[in-house]
Amino acid sequence: MTAVAFDYTAPTTVDEALRTLHSPGLTVTPLAGGQSLLPLLTRREVRPDLVVDLNGIPGLAGIEVSPHRVRIGAMTRLRDLEQHAELATALPVLASAAASVAHPHIRGRSTLGGSLCHAAPAAELPAVAVALGADVVLRSVRGARSVPAARFATGAGATVRAPDEVLTEVVFPRADGLAYEFSELGTRGSTGYPVVGVCLGLHVADGLVRAARVVVAGCGPVPVRLPGVEAELADRPVAGPHRGLVASVAAEVARGPGPEDQEYRTEAAGVLLLRALTARAAREGR
Amino acid sequence: MSVRTVTVRVNGVVRTEDAWDHTTLAEHLRTGLRLTGTHVGCGTGDCGACVVLLDGEPVCSCLVLAVQADGREISTVEGVAGGGDLTRAQRALIEEHGLQCGFCTPGLVVRMAHAAGRGGSEADVLAGHLCRCTGYDGIRAALRKLSGGSGGDR
Repeated sequence: MTAVAFDYTAPTTVDEALRTLHSPGLTVTPLAGGQSLLPLLTRREVRPDLVVDLNGIPGLAGIEVSPHRVRIGAMTRLRDLEQHAELATALPVLASAAASVAHPHIRGRSTLGGSLCHAAPAAELPAVAVALGADVVLRSVRGARSVPAARFATGAGATVRAPDEVLTEVVFPRADGLAYEFSELGTRGSTGYPVVGVCLGLHVADGLVRAARVVVAGCGPVPVRLPGVEAELADRPVAGPHRGLVASVAAEVARGPGPEDQEYRTEAAGVLLLRALTARAAREGR
Repeated sequence: MSVRTVTVRVNGVVRTEDAWDHTTLAEHLRTGLRLTGTHVGCGTGDCGACVVLLDGEPVCSCLVLAVQADGREISTVEGVAGGGDLTRAQRALIEEHGLQCGFCTPGLVVRMAHAAGRGGSEADVLAGHLCRCTGYDGIRAALRKLSGGSGGDR
């Protein structure tokens, strides 16, 4: 397959990239890891005039762990999220979610920023970013702005990023007292996205759920938080019984638009949530 | 749309050829450098037939632009064995019947060469490589043979 013809430029600073992207009249696309963009180009689903490669810009990749937050450069590869020792302690859910993405050849190239901007409905990292309450930093020639991850994706493959903006970093808070984990239903090691993914954050004390955060991906165009289910879990024994929980997940998700097989997907999400709760209860020894 | 000169060190040899901006590394290897051992199956990163090592790391060469490889080091299936011999992985694949049509084999051979001695799981090595002939039995037997097991029951 041959991509539609385009011009290519590889700036070496963010400012240069921003000036290049600000080209009124041209269709311009930033290139991060390319693991989603290249298939779109070769299938001719996107036809840019100019591709701006961000891979040669030093400083756009890196993981900085501090007591209250973790800043991750947009061009950080998923393999680096998987293997970073400090991150594994600070936000282990990011490492495990990154390890669930596609297969090793893809993870060696694909990036956190690219994954968020591609905004695939069932993708792992956008769901985790929403669950953790991350902020997405966007820069353009007009300046910088910060957008909560929950408001970043607006639909399948669509985000609030303007065509001339670059996602430069993602800032994750780490002090909400919840322990997060991510699980998914999908074919392990395949390139495709999972069917559904669930990110569950829990604060458990004396066997009781004191606070919960639930985000599901793959049941609609964007990952969604389920505050109703979170409220249902609060003050309940983590070991259950969780009667009606799967139905509650389905009921809350079904309020939004979804794919044809939404019913199956929401049930699968509910079952993943149940399994995650059971596993957590087992670890709590209850 | 423009043409630029791309210089890569491929299998130890420096090669300079022109490539379009929109040419993928897989296309460049096959048509620009006439290294047709690298196969293109899906062109979208699913099948793994086009896997090469870019600066020592396995990548789907269909998901990298040729211009992005400028100045870098590439190993393809033609180079993994060196002086004409087969690698252990290649011999194991033959002995354990790990290929039939052979289309997926170049990517697998590169991947297995990279994995040798790194202790990845069988599932890890096979992830991202589709074989439509063998049902993976022969390939898994070859992997077991490489890791010191007795191979398969074939």
